[in-house]
Amino acid sequence: MASEEMEQLVRREYKQGFVTDIESETVPPGLDESVIAFISQKKGEPEWMLEWRLEAYRQWLKMTPPSWAHLDYPPIDYQAISYFSAPKKPEDRPQSLDEVDPKLLETYEKLGIPLHERAALAGVAVDAVFDSVSVTTTFKEKLFEAGVIFCSISEAIRDYPELVRQYLGTVVPRSDNYFAALNSAVFTDGSFVYVPEGVTCPMELSTYFRINAANTGQFERTLIVCDNKAQVSYLEGCTAPQRDENQLHAAVVELVALEDAYIKYSTVQNWYPGDEEGKGGIYNFVTKRGDCRGDRSRISWTQVETGSAITWKYPSCMLRGKESIGEFYSVAVTNGRQQADTGTKMIHIGEGTRSTIVAKGIAAGRSDQSYRGLVKIGPRAKGARNYTQCDSLLIGDQCGAHTFPYQEIGNSSATVEHEATTSKIADDQLFYCRARGIDEEDAVSMIVNGFCKDVFQELPMEFAVEAEALLNVTLEGSVG
Amino acid sequence: MLEVKDLHVTVEDKAILKGLNLTVQPGEVHAIMGPNGAGKSTLSAVIAGKDGYEVTQGSILFEGQDVLEMEIEERARAGLLLGFQYPIEIPGVKNIYLLKAALNAAREARGEGEIPAPEFMKLVREKSAEMQMDPSFLQRAVNEGFSGGEKKRNEILQMLVLQPKLAMLDEIDSGLDIDAMKVVAKGVNSLRSADRAILLVTHYQRLLNHIEPDRVHVLVDGRIVKSGDKSLALELEARGYDWVLEESVA
Ligand SMILES: Nc1ncnc2c1ncn2[C@@H]1O[C@H](COP(=O)(O)OP(=O)(O)OP(=O)(O)O)[C@@H](O)[C@H]1O
Ligand SMILES: [Mg+2]
Repeated sequence: MASEEMEQLVRREYKQGFVTDIESETVPPGLDESVIAFISQKKGEPEWMLEWRLEAYRQWLKMTPPSWAHLDYPPIDYQAISYFSAPKKPEDRPQSLDEVDPKLLETYEKLGIPLHERAALAGVAVDAVFDSVSVTTTFKEKLFEAGVIFCSISEAIRDYPELVRQYLGTVVPRSDNYFAALNSAVFTDGSFVYVPEGVTCPMELSTYFRINAANTGQFERTLIVCDNKAQVSYLEGCTAPQRDENQLHAAVVELVALEDAYIKYSTVQNWYPGDEEGKGGIYNFVTKRGDCRGDRSRISWTQVETGSAITWKYPSCMLRGKESIGEFYSVAVTNGRQQADTGTKMIHIGEGTRSTIVAKGIAAGRSDQSYRGLVKIGPRAKGARNYTQCDSLLIGDQCGAHTFPYQEIGNSSATVEHEATTSKIADDQLFYCRARGIDEEDAVSMIVNGFCKDVFQELPMEFAVEAEALLNVTLEGSVG
Repeated sequence: MLEVKDLHVTVEDKAILKGLNLTVQPGEVHAIMGPNGAGKSTLSAVIAGKDGYEVTQGSILFEGQDVLEMEIEERARAGLLLGFQYPIEIPGVKNIYLLKAALNAAREARGEGEIPAPEFMKLVREKSAEMQMDPSFLQRAVNEGFSGGEKKRNEILQMLVLQPKLAMLDEIDSGLDIDAMKVVAKGVNSLRSADRAILLVTHYQRLLNHIEPDRVHVLVDGRIVKSGDKSLALELEARGYDWVLEESVA
C-alpha cells in the first residue's frame, strides 16, 4: 500500500464521521482502521506493517474477551480508549510531589527509590536529567561492540525490518487471543533485542535504563531473538509502583531461542493496584510466550508480580527443539482487593524436552488469586519431563487461592510430576517466631520470603534484593 | 522472678489449668512432672502467650510485670523464652537468619544496637560447637528436615544465643539419644546462673540426673499437687503418680 492510499484510507474514515487530524499528536478515543493507519503513519512504518496491523484488527473484531479467567471486572469499553497519544503535556501533569498521593510517596520511600526518580515515577512534570544518561551511552557502546541489537520496537521496524518481519507474530500469532490481537493492531511501544550467533550479551538488559524518562506504553510489544548459541538475560519492570492514566495494559512479549540459545526473562511487576477500594488500579492482560525453536535451547521466565488491580498473565514455552528446556518461576502476591489469574503453559513438542514450573502464590487481605497451568506433551515428545510445584500461602481468612492444573499427555514415555500445597500462614510458625522476640510483621515477611525462596534465587542478584523489599511493602498491614 | 497465682485456663471452654500456683526465684531450676494431659505444656504456652488459651482467673508476674498484658514478642524480649516440645519448621528461612533477627529484636528492646556481623558469627559458631552442631545447620532452613534430636539441640542453641532470664523447656529430653541428652544437659547447665532461672518440663528422672533441679513439682489435672526437692523425682520414678493423687485427695 502506497502512502497516498494510506492517507486516503485515513480520510475515508474521516468522512464517515470520525475525527482524525493527521497533524495532531493525539487521536480521540475509539478504534477503527483509520486509527490504526494513523498510528502506523505516525511511527513511519513500512506498509507491510500496516497491513499486518489491519489484519490483526480484523481478527480482533471477530473475537470476544476471554471469560474463563477467575476474575471479576466490569466490561472494558474499547471505544473509550485513546490508542495514540503523545506524552502528556508538562502543564497537565502534577507540578510537584505535593500533588501526588502521599501513600505512593511513602512506598517509594520505603523501597529506597532515589528522590529524583520518585518524581518521574509518579508522573510529575520534571526536566528529566538523569544521572543514568551517560551510563546508558556506555551501555549502548558495549552492546554495539558485541553486535547486540537493543532498541525500541518502533526503531527496529524502521532499521531492521527484515529481522522484525521474520520473527514478529511467529510466537504469538495475531489471532492468539483477544488481547494479543488488540495489541498486534495498535502496539506503539516496547523493546527489540537480537543477539547474534555465539554471542553472550555482555550485560543484563533492562527496560529500566532504556525508558527511564519515557512513559511505559499501554500496548507494549517486545520481541527478543537469540540466535544459535547466543545468550541474554533481560529484566523487565521496576519495583516502584508505577502509576499510569491508562487502566488497560495489554502487552505481548515474544521470545525466540534458536539452537543452544538461552533466554532468561525476569519481571518484577508492580503496577499501581489502586486505592483501598481498588479504584484507579491497572488491568494487566499480558501475553508472554517463548519459543524454544532450536535443539537444546532454553527459555526461563522468572516473575514477581505484586501490582495491578487485575492481572491476567501466563508466560509460556513452546518446546519444539530436541532436548529444549522451559522454566517458569513465579511469585504472585495479592493484597487488598487485587485479583490475579496467572500461570504458565509448557507445550512439549520435541523429543526429550524438559520443563520446570515453580509457582508461589501469596494472598492477603480480601484478594483473590488463581494459578492456571497447562502441561501438554505431544505425541513426538518422547521422554519429555515436567515437574510442577505449586504452593499457595494465605494470610488471613478473607482471601482466596485457587489452583487449576491441566495436563494433556499424548505420550506414554513422558514423566509429569505435580505437587501442590495450600497453607495458611501457619499460626504456629508465627508463634514460634514471635516467641523468639520477632515482631509479627517481621515474622510474616520472614515466613513469606522463606516461602518464596526457590523463586527469588532465580532472580538476578540486585532484583532479588528489591523483590524482597517489595514483598514486605506489599504485605504491610496484612496481619494484626 | 516468676510468680503464677491461682491460674485458671480454659481451651475451647474446657478447663485445663484449675488454680495453679508456682513461684520461681532467680538462680533456681524447677522441674515440672506429671501425667500426660495434665496441663504442663499448657502452662508454658500460656506463660509464653500462645493464642487460644483463655485465662479466666489468676495472674502471672515476671519480674513484677504483668505478663498477661504483654505481647508474645515483648515477653520474649523481656527474657522469657519457651523451648518447644515440638519445634516448628519454617521452610526457606535460614536458621542463622532467625537467630540474628531474634537477637537483634531483644537488643533493640534493651536499647542496644544491632550486633556487628563478625561478633554475631563468632557467637553462633561458638554456641553451635557447644551443642556439637555442625555449622552447616546454621545455613539450613529452620528445623526443616532436622531429626527429632537435632530440633531439640537447635532449641537449646537458640537459648544459648539469646540468653533468656527464664528458660522454659518443654520435654527437651524427648527423642534424644543418650549422648545427645548429655550435650543438651550441658547446654542447659551452662545457662544456669544466679540471675537466671530454668523451668523444665519432663517425664523422666534421667534428665534430672544431668540437670539437677532445686524444686520438683507434680502437676496433675491442672494443679500442682505436690512439690519437693530432687528426691521427689526419684520417688515418682519408682512409684508413679497414683500415690501423689491419693495423697492429694486425702
Ligand atoms: N488447642 C487445644 N484444644 C483442645 N484441647 C487442648 C488444646 N490444647 C491442649 N488441650 C488439652 O489440654 C490438656 C492438657 O494438655 P497439655 O498439652 O498441656 O498436657 P501436657 O501435660 O503437656 O501433656 P504431655 O505430657 O502429654 O505433653 C489435654 O487434655 C489436651 O488435650
Ligand atoms: Mg506437653
